Amino acid sequence: MIGLDIWMRENPITYVVLGSYAVAFLIFAVEIAMVRHKRKITLQQVRLMRDAGDEE
Amino acid sequence: MFGLLMLVIRRDLMLAMRRRADVLTTLIFFVMVVSLFPLGVGPEMGMLRKMAPGVLWVAALLSSMLSLGRLFSADHLDGTLEQMMLAPQSLSMLVMGKMAAHWMVSGLPLVLMAPVLGIQFDMSAEALGILIVGLLLGTPILSMIGAIGAALTLGLRGGGVLLSLLVLPLCIPVLIFGTGAVEAATTGLSVASHLSLLGALLVLALAFTPWVTAQALRISME
Amino acid sequence: MAINWFKYSAPTTFYGLAGKLIPWFGISAAILFAVGLYIGFFVAPTDYQQGEFYRIIFIHVPASIISMFLYLIMAGYAALGLIFNTRLSSMMATAIAPTGALFAFISLWTGALWGKPMWGAWWVWDARLTSELILLFLYLGYIALHASIDDPRRADRASALLAIVGSVNVPIIYFSVKWWNTLHQGSTIKFSGTSMHVAMQQAMFITLVACWLYAIAVILARVRSIILERERHTKWITELPEVK
Repeated sequence: MIGLDIWMRENPITYVVLGSYAVAFLIFAVEIAMVRHKRKITLQQVRLMRDAGDEE
Repeated sequence: MFGLLMLVIRRDLMLAMRRRADVLTTLIFFVMVVSLFPLGVGPEMGMLRKMAPGVLWVAALLSSMLSLGRLFSADHLDGTLEQMMLAPQSLSMLVMGKMAAHWMVSGLPLVLMAPVLGIQFDMSAEALGILIVGLLLGTPILSMIGAIGAALTLGLRGGGVLLSLLVLPLCIPVLIFGTGAVEAATTGLSVASHLSLLGALLVLALAFTPWVTAQALRISME
Repeated sequence: MAINWFKYSAPTTFYGLAGKLIPWFGISAAILFAVGLYIGFFVAPTDYQQGEFYRIIFIHVPASIISMFLYLIMAGYAALGLIFNTRLSSMMATAIAPTGALFAFISLWTGALWGKPMWGAWWVWDARLTSELILLFLYLGYIALHASIDDPRRADRASALLAIVGSVNVPIIYFSVKWWNTLHQGSTIKFSGTSMHVAMQQAMFITLVACWLYAIAVILARVRSIILERERHTKWITELPEVK
């Protein structure tokens, strides 16, 4: 942990960018991916239901 | 109005007395949780004395949460709840009656037990006194906020844990003011502000929670 | 030009409108992030006390503000859904919750990272950070309650009530936490002295707007999936080009 402290003080910008911004944008990316995935499977579900209805 | 309240309280108390085990388990849980802390952090008296108000309040909070699941479930299962909701009387009044009975059965015993446990933590007489007053004001609030959670989670699979998840954040102010009062007492500062804030929360809870709980019941029972 | 706003309260029309708006919000958000972060990192000077570490604020502060703002909006939509029984209002509330929770998490994470160089610890019980943690709990409680109820109508209405109770509690919780923090002489994550350099303020404002636009884009996208799911039995859904 002490090593981290030293590294942090020597490289503040890298610490800030990697630790905060990279994580934040990663979370955004994950959120967007999850929303797109949900859309994909919902559309599949709707198609399935529609096809099941057409068979009758 | 008042007659209805008394009727509901008497009925719930009678039912609770028939299942005395439920009442006792809450109390035993309280005692056990409080006893876990010294086992976990070590018996050093100075530290325990400092931790005491926090430990006792958190334990009281958790114990109240446990018993809340039972508030409406028994009546829900045997259909009484439905009848209560169809009755012409005010549902808020009925709910307030149930809350009062719940507190008498779950909250009040904790208040009475707390001094005994406080002595285990070497709390001073002053501190114990303020602790009891705080718990007296605070445990009804816990019962009332908890009732909202119990009504919202009526009949759900997640049950007790989900209820605690929903209700615990809402109870944090009570915790803060209750423990703050005790600490003020031990450091010689004024307890009046903490206790009056607790009192204010109690009044607010009395005014709003019965109605909100009634609405929650209607939502859950549709 | 009188726009019949109520037309858009029907899921059918809102679905189309949302679809058209998402790219605009998304792209503006990306541009503003780029601009804001450029100003924040290359134009704003090094802080007198905090050195380079303060540059975390360009994501920490917007995330906190947006997480709190979104909770209120979520509670607002929830209330509308309860009072007027409009399906779309409840769907919007459900769509907002995950985004709000994620912003609260980002706020906490970046707050901790800011705390470490300032205070030497990964977590400090600063009043605002603690309130933010409780806000995250409130979001998670909402999401958990909604997920636990199978009947969509009961789920919407129960979590709506919870959201409203939560939002009434938020000022009380914030006040009590502030009280608790001053009692225990807790740390306060603050900025150096008096005012911020102009460039810092500009950058923070721009990233705030960027987060806001991003949030709108994601929430609109999510609500479209929710609409698809809830309305899947209707004819207009089967007529949609993406379904055919």
